Amino acid sequence: MAARSITLSAEVSQPIGTTLHDWVVTVDHKKLGILYILYALVFLLIGGIEATIVRVQLMVPNNHFVSPQVFNRMFTMHGTTMIFFVAMPILFGFANYLIPLMIGTRDMAFPRLNAWSFWLTAFGGLLLYFSFIGGNGLYGAGNAPDVGWFAYAPLTATTFSLGHSTDFWTLGLLVSGFGSIGTAINILATIICLRCPGMTLGKMPLLAWMNLVTAAMVLLAISPLTAAQIMLSLDRFLGGHFFDTQAGGSAVLWMHFFWIFGHPEVYVLVLPAFAFASEIIPVFSRKPIFGYPVMVAATIAIGFVGFSVWAHHMFTVGMNSYANSFFTITTMVIGIPTGIKIFNWIGTMWGGKIAFKTPMLFCIAFLFQFLIAGLTGIMLSAAPFDWQLGNSYFVVAHFHYVIVGGILFTLFAAFYYWFPKMSGRMYNETLGKWHFWLFLIGFHLTFDFMHIPGLLGMPRRIYTYEAGRGWDIWNLICTIGVFFQIVATLLFIGSLLWSYFNGKAAGNDPWDAWTLEWSTSSPPTEYNFAQIPVVKSRRPLWDIKHPEDPDWKYE
Amino acid sequence: MNSQAILLSSSSPELVWKLPSRGHVGMLSLIAAELAIFTIFVVAYLFYIGKSLTGPMPKNVLEVPIFATICLLSSSWTIHVAVKALQNGRLRTFGAWWFVTMSLGFIFLVETGREWHHLIFEKGLTISTNLFGTTYYSLVGLHAFHVVVGLIGIAIAMILILLGKVKKEHSERADVFSLYWHFVDVVWIVVFTVVYIIGR
Repeated sequence: MAARSITLSAEVSQPIGTTLHDWVVTVDHKKLGILYILYALVFLLIGGIEATIVRVQLMVPNNHFVSPQVFNRMFTMHGTTMIFFVAMPILFGFANYLIPLMIGTRDMAFPRLNAWSFWLTAFGGLLLYFSFIGGNGLYGAGNAPDVGWFAYAPLTATTFSLGHSTDFWTLGLLVSGFGSIGTAINILATIICLRCPGMTLGKMPLLAWMNLVTAAMVLLAISPLTAAQIMLSLDRFLGGHFFDTQAGGSAVLWMHFFWIFGHPEVYVLVLPAFAFASEIIPVFSRKPIFGYPVMVAATIAIGFVGFSVWAHHMFTVGMNSYANSFFTITTMVIGIPTGIKIFNWIGTMWGGKIAFKTPMLFCIAFLFQFLIAGLTGIMLSAAPFDWQLGNSYFVVAHFHYVIVGGILFTLFAAFYYWFPKMSGRMYNETLGKWHFWLFLIGFHLTFDFMHIPGLLGMPRRIYTYEAGRGWDIWNLICTIGVFFQIVATLLFIGSLLWSYFNGKAAGNDPWDAWTLEWSTSSPPTEYNFAQIPVVKSRRPLWDIKHPEDPDWKYE
Repeated sequence: MNSQAILLSSSSPELVWKLPSRGHVGMLSLIAAELAIFTIFVVAYLFYIGKSLTGPMPKNVLEVPIFATICLLSSSWTIHVAVKALQNGRLRTFGAWWFVTMSLGFIFLVETGREWHHLIFEKGLTISTNLFGTTYYSLVGLHAFHVVVGLIGIAIAMILILLGKVKKEHSERADVFSLYWHFVDVVWIVVFTVVYIIGR
């Protein structure tokens, strides 16, 4: 085929050492974006293996596939890895790659800060995983962290966590947290200061808007975690008493500090997912986004309300009735802007000429799944309901519905949608559809049925269980679903690799899309734009393609 | 760096595309993140007031550091004067006020060191003594750490000034840096109020 003879870029002909060196010292936002994404994919596989071990252990009653100690390490490392070293870096990767292209500039505001942030994140992950080797410390006790991903006190006290396992957890998150703050500063400065001429805030692509709010949330959400980690380090290394109940310290204070980070973090992860959906759904519905100003307002509303809901993670801890009422109400309120968004996406699809390509399939599944995730969220927001089901598998099913059914599905959509831009090649549509359907089946087998043992009283983080409680069949189904997901994920990585080497040339604009990244070559040159574009509407490429009927006449 | 100014289009040459400078936006973002970190430490301090199980208690050992506070707060004014001088191209005035700022910051740090020496060696209060010690050293120490970082920045600029490398065109960078220094001073007002007035 003619397509096979194209060379992707000049660097193919360089010696491998030079290419590698280029990637290590790069400050280019596109290369750093791809580094973030590849790094996160490696950790996705590692975190997936850990999840599989957890699920196999729970597959049948009285199972001893791994020891209780290993089980504790696996669920701790699975949660920590997936949030901090998969979801965050992969979303930062897409933000890094896409934002400068979409707002028509040549790089991020602080390219070197960008590289610095990436390497901090990367080494933070290595530090966490070094615990498998170095967690022993001098006591010969300790391994990978086993305190759960929210590491409640006093489990993290030196008395209960010997060796250095918790120290690696703390320092790994502290280091990668600085990286996240650096990236957030960079994203804010880029979007505020480097938009191309004509791109007022009201003409910015929604992806940029949502990442702007996300970056602001990262600044205010990751920092409390950083502060709490510093306190925990002071406790563990210098004998402080912040979370030491023996000396008057408070274990509940750690919970507050952790969840002041922990809940906004959910929105930090889900807003970029919304951003992908807001770019992909219009293109495959052949209509502009429905209700752009309302989408922006809803995003900002989520940004504000997201900071006032954290203690709904603590209903079972025991708070006074004012706190319970407050956090119940705010948690229910945040469903409103989120619901508005779902209506807007449906409004965008309504009457559109929908093309059911792989990215769109993932987005449609996301709409349904995120709706269900939101509904179980509203159920759990009611404090009395949460007293019954808090810390049960119902909660586990709920937040995996958000993170896998919502965030991961849109991430897959984003991969397929922007793969032609990043690699210059089209992905394989057949393999993409196989990936979609297998993953959809696996996801629903695992996480639909996971609600039921939760309702029947199965607590989360339980090592094993007796037969005959009515949990057996549901756990078996959940674990069977995992294997569908594994096959689908391997298919996904295989299909991207295959397409990278054998895919058809994509051209600049395979989707007939409307945002600025599609006006550059695929993959874009290092300077992105030979000439900085000037825009007049939210869909600059539509204006160019349809000079007789441009958008700016109507906006 | 300079904010970009590009002509919008040939049809409307009077319209100029101007956006905020990335230095200011970046620094303000950093300050927002830092404020969140300080908020958590301040909340922890307030939460643990009076909850120490053993002594020494704040009212027995703390003395209000009035001299150090005057030094630090006035350095906010001197750095402002310095930056204004640089913006107007008066390099010698700039250098002089920059040096005064550095000295005032340094005096503050020395005073903090004296206070800590007094508390540790005469009053027996360390970070592991009680909750007061834990929260006091971490909050005041976090602020002192930021003063140190600021002083390193000021000292590097001072060396460049003495080498004659700082010109009027660097005034924006000096201005961005002064934002950080003002932030350190404003945080001190909060820390001072919490530790030496409310907590005592």
